Amino acid sequence: MKFGVVQFPGSNCDDDALQAIRTVIGQPAEFIWHQSEDLGGSDAIVLPGGFAFGDYLRTGAIARFSPVMKSVERFARSGGLVLGVCNGFQILLEAGLLPGAMMRNQGLRFLCRQVHIRVEQTDTPFTSAAKPGQVLEMPIAHMDGNYFCEPATLAELERNNQIVFRYVAASSAGKNSENGQPLEAADQEANPNGSLQAIAGICNRERNVLGLMPHPERAVESPLGSADGLVIFRSMVQSLTGKPEQHEAQKIHSAVRV
Amino acid sequence: MIDTEIKVTPEIAAEHGLTPGEYARTQKILGRDPNFTELGIFSVMWSEHCSYKSSRVHLKRLPTTGTHVVQGPGENAGVVDIGDGWVAVFKIESHNHPSFVEPFQGAATGVGGILRDIFTMGARPIAVLDSLRFGPVVAGPGAGDATKQEIASNRHILDGVIRGIGFYGNCFGVPTVGGEIVFEPCYSNNPLVNALALGICKREELFFAKAQGAGNPVIYVGAKTGRDGIHGASLLASAEFSEESQQKRPNVQVGDPFLEKLLLEACLEAMRTGAVVAIQDMGAAGLTSSSSEMASRGGLGIEIDLARVPQRETGMTPYEIMLSESQERMLLVAERGREREVFDVFHKWGLDAVEIGKVTEDGMLRVKNHGVVAAEIPAHAIAEEGPRYERPIATPAEVAAKKTAGAAAQFKFAAVGTELSENFRKLLAAPTIASKRWVTGQYDSMVRTNTRFGPGGGDAAVLRLKESKRALALATDGNGRWGYLNPRLGAMHAVVEAARNVACSGALPIAATNCLNFGNPEKPEVMWQFTEVLDGIGEACRALETPITGGNVSFYNETLGKPIYPTPILGVLGLMEDAECALGSAFRTVGDVVLLLDGGQAEARAGAAQEFGSSEYAKTLQGVVAGMPPAIDLAAEKRLIDCLVALAGARAIASAHDVSDGGIAVTLAECCFDTEGLGVQAEVKTMASDEAAEAALFGERGARAAVTVPSASLARVNQIAAQYKVSVQNIGTVARSEFRIQYNGSPVIQGTVESFQRPWSDSLQKAIEIE
Repeated sequence: MKFGVVQFPGSNCDDDALQAIRTVIGQPAEFIWHQSEDLGGSDAIVLPGGFAFGDYLRTGAIARFSPVMKSVERFARSGGLVLGVCNGFQILLEAGLLPGAMMRNQGLRFLCRQVHIRVEQTDTPFTSAAKPGQVLEMPIAHMDGNYFCEPATLAELERNNQIVFRYVAASSAGKNSENGQPLEAADQEANPNGSLQAIAGICNRERNVLGLMPHPERAVESPLGSADGLVIFRSMVQSLTGKPEQHEAQKIHSAVRV
Repeated sequence: MIDTEIKVTPEIAAEHGLTPGEYARTQKILGRDPNFTELGIFSVMWSEHCSYKSSRVHLKRLPTTGTHVVQGPGENAGVVDIGDGWVAVFKIESHNHPSFVEPFQGAATGVGGILRDIFTMGARPIAVLDSLRFGPVVAGPGAGDATKQEIASNRHILDGVIRGIGFYGNCFGVPTVGGEIVFEPCYSNNPLVNALALGICKREELFFAKAQGAGNPVIYVGAKTGRDGIHGASLLASAEFSEESQQKRPNVQVGDPFLEKLLLEACLEAMRTGAVVAIQDMGAAGLTSSSSEMASRGGLGIEIDLARVPQRETGMTPYEIMLSESQERMLLVAERGREREVFDVFHKWGLDAVEIGKVTEDGMLRVKNHGVVAAEIPAHAIAEEGPRYERPIATPAEVAAKKTAGAAAQFKFAAVGTELSENFRKLLAAPTIASKRWVTGQYDSMVRTNTRFGPGGGDAAVLRLKESKRALALATDGNGRWGYLNPRLGAMHAVVEAARNVACSGALPIAATNCLNFGNPEKPEVMWQFTEVLDGIGEACRALETPITGGNVSFYNETLGKPIYPTPILGVLGLMEDAECALGSAFRTVGDVVLLLDGGQAEARAGAAQEFGSSEYAKTLQGVVAGMPPAIDLAAEKRLIDCLVALAGARAIASAHDVSDGGIAVTLAECCFDTEGLGVQAEVKTMASDEAAEAALFGERGARAAVTVPSASLARVNQIAAQYKVSVQNIGTVARSEFRIQYNGSPVIQGTVESFQRPWSDSLQKAIEIE
């Protein structure tokens, strides 16, 4: 399957995503220029992290008007897989492909560190290879990751099981939170940016568009901190190729040089 | 020749910072009086910042060649060979004065400037480190006589600087992977912001800033020119600060990291077309320096017409356009007939690219405005024939007094048998020692996915190379207090500590870059410090085989006549053959044996007590800054470095952390912090019969490192250490959650790791955000 990684002016995790997909996941991937409306026959689209158009006005506010986004929107509406990471998530929100908005981090500072997120839904094409309640370690690196939406939207997200990842404490594996239930104290503390309901990632109702603030493409090689991000790419590959899930992540890791 | 409105007089020349002698020299070069624009050009290019007029005669003493060196000082950055056809391009540069006047933009444009120096050579930046110095941010003995107001101001400066660094690097997409932050009273009102950038490229992809081919077009690319930063180099960077310095805020440049990111991609893409002949960024002195230096290096001239320069303000005069330090701009020379290829790339990235002139044969920098000549000066005269001074040198009386006073008279050692846990907690909370995670967590340290060890992970930052099996390690260091007590020794320590850190990560130090921060060079005592420091760096770099490949000199770091400590910052680059051998500083496994490696053979030395007055402990606990920096044994340092590299290469050890600020006690504590609950049981033995426990635990003698070893590998480690003539002392074992140090058999520091970690982790954030 072929991945298309969109390049906006100011994208800076585009190379990282391409590299992760090509050399670690072992799938073909190509860049797609923001002014192109041709997705080059991609089977899945990645909107990478960075500062598209310098984050001027608001994060993602200008990028959503790029010619490429018309095609991405068509692609998404027709059921194509779209993964938005960090700035890519912000663009998906601005484009209306996902509901809600991003506010500045609660502490008003840029945050870069490893966090733990729990897989709240495994019936999405992005998390099908994960175990329910699995806790993944991945880095965040953002200034505006404080997710917010109206109560009605939140209720809908919960009702439709669209909250895919939550920030949790490392110890929270397996403890799938009930929608609407308050989070445990340890998990609340683990929320790095004040995000509503500790939301780290959501999908659309149709489950083919996912946005998350943590960077799975930075978490594909253990020597660099974590390889937990692999599960997202592997889920995507599996759901598109229909191949059975490989429980051989170790094999992939050890093939990767530091 | 147009006559600009302002008639140049000796008084106006003086206002531009030119001495009567320098003014006369401009008249001699031109054979007439300079006009106002020409005066501006001379004044920036002959400023201390651009011309190195006080330092150049001395800088020649530094070693600049070696087996790995491809390009030494003189280009935009140094270049070293890292194998497999790849080169590393790196350099450190200061942005001290702008960061005091406007901390956020000053620091941001400091990062932006050094990044341009790297990619103007064809290399993609892969890492940034920041070496920062601030005045005290908390009260206490270590803050000297800093007033409340000073402390508040220092906090404001620190906050602005780190936000500025993050703002620029995070958006540009380069990981900020390391550096250091040190606090001393002398940096109140004169912070140091030294930014180091590292890039890599194929050797044949290197670009140089040397104009070639008369008739070739000169193309301006990047941001438009505005009125910001005019005289940044001459008035800001080349003069002391007075009470009115805050009014120089308009002289500080304004950075746009998004534009720089576009410029990076466009430049690298344009270079790949093969149509670019030479390229130089417009940093200090903007269009003036880039045009005259490229022309001068090529032995040619450049003629430009300012009417074609993209401008973001109307009515700019030739003087303003030539002296603007607007950021994110480059000047390049393309091959005649292939301009279109260059334009296309820049337009794709939404950037201006305009032919503003051509390379000429006559060696003149000729600046026209709407076709009328506004300035005409031999390019070589501006770039290379600036004044050079052998300024008077004198040993300052104060330092001599400090030396003889000794520490014993000033630092009061605790009585034998005193429990030192509380003192230790105070030391751990000292901002210089305390965790910098709160700061570095605001920098993207992982983008580009090469960061094997980022901030706090190891003694040096380690970046794997996707293009080969190898990795690069980088560390910066410099102890201003030691430079003050003994400039030569202090400088040597800066070199060896940076190199030792690189070696602890498992890499062999191969080259260095330096940023030399000093007071006013017109003061003979400051010049004495400067020459002493150069001799120290030279000696240490020769001994460690780490030639200096570039850097910069920052003079005039004085406010209200008070100079900073002489602060040479060394950035040392190391090469690791196998990235898998990289070592972190944290303990790994309960039960591992902790060994103290000592290149100096652990012999007792005279003078250890006197040295203690220069330690972080003496300053933090009792406000003492006296005596001498630790004596240095370069051969011992080299032995230790080679031994550490061999141990890492043989995969014989699990972690390595050098002994530096705060002594062996701090080293051991840092190895426990931020692990999954590991602690240590250690026994430190006396060096001399009368050595105080504090001197043994917190003394900062070099050539030492603590490494951990699984007991099965002990024999192998001993064998390798013996090969390198490095002594090995078994000082303890990695334990669980308890931190205990005994001295000569009796416990002197004990408690849970948690109880020591808390003051260490919290203190900086508390100082800036809560207090």
